[in-house]
Amino acid sequence: MSPYNYLYVAGLLFTIGAVGVVVRRNAIVVFMCIELMLNAANLTLVTFSRINGTLDGQIVAFFTMVVAACEVVVGLAIIVAIYRSRRSASIDDASLLKR
Amino acid sequence: MTTSTSLVYLIALPLAGAVILLLAGRRADKWGHLLATALSASSFGAGLYQLSQMLSRPTEERAVTQKLFTWISVGSFNIDAGILLDQLSICFVLLITGVGTLIHIYSISYMSHDENRRRFFAYLNLFIASMLLLVLGDSYLNLYVGWEGVGLASYLLIGFWNQKPAYATASKKAFVMNRIGDMGLSFAIMIAFATLGSVSFSGVEEASHTASQATLTAIGIMLLIAAAGKSAQFPLQAWLGDAMAGPTPVSALIHAATMVTAGVYLIVRSHFIFDAAPTAQLLVVIVGAVTLTFGAIVGTAKDDIKKALAASTMSQIGYMILAAGLGPAGYAFAIMHLLTHGFFKAGMFLGAGSVMHGMNDQVNMRRYGALRKFMPITFVTFGLGYLAIIGVPPFAGFYSKDAIIETAFNAGGIKGILLGSTALLGAAITAFYMTRVMILTFTSPERWEKDQHPHESPWLMWLPMVILAIGSVSTGYLFTRGDSLVHWLSPVFGEHEAHEEHFLPVIVVSGLALTAVLIGVSIALVKYQFSDVDAEAPQDVSIFTRIARKDLLQDTFNESVFMRPGQALTRILVKTDDKVIDGTVRLVGTTAIGTGSALRKSQTGFARSYAALILIGAVALIAGIWVVTQ
Repeated sequence: MSPYNYLYVAGLLFTIGAVGVVVRRNAIVVFMCIELMLNAANLTLVTFSRINGTLDGQIVAFFTMVVAACEVVVGLAIIVAIYRSRRSASIDDASLLKR
Repeated sequence: MTTSTSLVYLIALPLAGAVILLLAGRRADKWGHLLATALSASSFGAGLYQLSQMLSRPTEERAVTQKLFTWISVGSFNIDAGILLDQLSICFVLLITGVGTLIHIYSISYMSHDENRRRFFAYLNLFIASMLLLVLGDSYLNLYVGWEGVGLASYLLIGFWNQKPAYATASKKAFVMNRIGDMGLSFAIMIAFATLGSVSFSGVEEASHTASQATLTAIGIMLLIAAAGKSAQFPLQAWLGDAMAGPTPVSALIHAATMVTAGVYLIVRSHFIFDAAPTAQLLVVIVGAVTLTFGAIVGTAKDDIKKALAASTMSQIGYMILAAGLGPAGYAFAIMHLLTHGFFKAGMFLGAGSVMHGMNDQVNMRRYGALRKFMPITFVTFGLGYLAIIGVPPFAGFYSKDAIIETAFNAGGIKGILLGSTALLGAAITAFYMTRVMILTFTSPERWEKDQHPHESPWLMWLPMVILAIGSVSTGYLFTRGDSLVHWLSPVFGEHEAHEEHFLPVIVVSGLALTAVLIGVSIALVKYQFSDVDAEAPQDVSIFTRIARKDLLQDTFNESVFMRPGQALTRILVKTDDKVIDGTVRLVGTTAIGTGSALRKSQTGFARSYAALILIGAVALIAGIWVVTQ
């Protein structure tokens, strides 16, 4: 199987993620979509690593996972905190920074 | 050239007085005036000592120098702060400290009711020190320091009663007009430094032998502007009348006897430049001749006794400048007239102060009259000064003024006739207006306002007047006896062979001058002594009288030619500054603010719109890269 198919899958995943971030309001769903985009990127890295026969991409993929894990921790904590104080998980409700 | 270490005391003593009095503050109120007078007197004593030292040396070793300190030392360029005391300076030193001390004594009494008397004496001492520095500096730069110092002292003293806005304005006017002259002096120094490479008198004199005509003329004209500013000569004369706002002793010392003659000193001291620059010298003569007529005409129309005397000062300094412009023949006579004028004019100003003292500070002569009976000493001393200034033999003014008129006639050709006639005319007008002052004040019937009790001034005031009157009587004779002053000054100006061919015989010139004086006196007698004088100045007078009362429109001229265009220029500049420069700055500001508020609209605070923007941006970036690399 041609490794390029993985790239198509990755593109599809990224598109789903990007559209989800823009159109959905639920913070948890937006968060999942971000994870989707990160994983699409990971998949791309690994695929290119395979195509080029080097290990660079796989190493970077590990880094991405670590960063994503940290991000999940911080992000979920923020979402929970906002939910506790405002009784809402909609990201449009947290729009006070413009002032 | 002899050197000495004791010259510095001449300047240091009064300077110390000024510093002590100003720093000690109210603590010195009790003894400040005594200290100032004592220091001025001791400076006079030091001057006398220097004179005796000078007399004990042969003629060629009489000039003394003292190096004080190295002022500027840059590479090969050195300027020392040094003192030069020669035959010319010593005349000034004795005049300044002598008349200065007398006026200090007078002021003790005159200012006794003023709570700021200590400050007054501090300024007087500051003036004496600056004036001595001016005449004792051995370079133009040192002279300049003193020049500015006397300008400052003059400003402070004219505005001494600055609680009156008119007086404060008068001091500002004097200061501003003096600045124009100071600018001339600084330009002269710069030109001398740039072209001749030196600013010391000896250095410039040496370099002037080889310098080009144009350079010397430029320096000469700049020096003339400086002299015109300080000495109230045409066209910078307008400040002197207003300077009478100062206390009368100040008018006597600064605006009659000493500071206003600094211009004459400057020109005489720079004789080597003017001798080599005939154009500049001609301008000097013209300025002198114009001013002597100008001042005399203004003097005839003034009812304020101090302003009449101020106009007379202007006119008499015109004589000195005229003499100084006549070259080697006239320098000594300029100085002679300066010295005799110092005595009689200071004496007359003190007399005017004494009259004001007895008349509740009334200055309008139309409100005087018959004071002869009430102030005999003032009358006699003022009268002696009067006889001296109009040039009646054997009083001082006769000798010095006659010498100037004679030298003017001998200048040769049309120039000589014109100058001589102007000087004669000036003498006639002088006789007229001074007789008018005499009659209106002392001999005509009384026209006082109510509650006037004229009385003679205390002895502290009349004693200096008596001494100055003795000077007004005797100095002319002493200076001309065997040409003593001319011989005394000749080492400074170089030997000058006397004019053998006189345009007119001496006796004829004297006769003409006396006739002119007689005519002036007679007209004044007829007009004021033998007919009634109005207590109010008549208003239905000819256009000429009206113009003369307005100082020959000098203020009007200055206002319309310089002040108003200057104000218009300032307004334009302010507007330009506001619209163009500030406008540009404001435009930058509003642009930034406008751009910012336009861009702020994109900041909605919704995380999803940011995400969408990031996405669009990323897509656009990738598309761009794709297009470029394709």
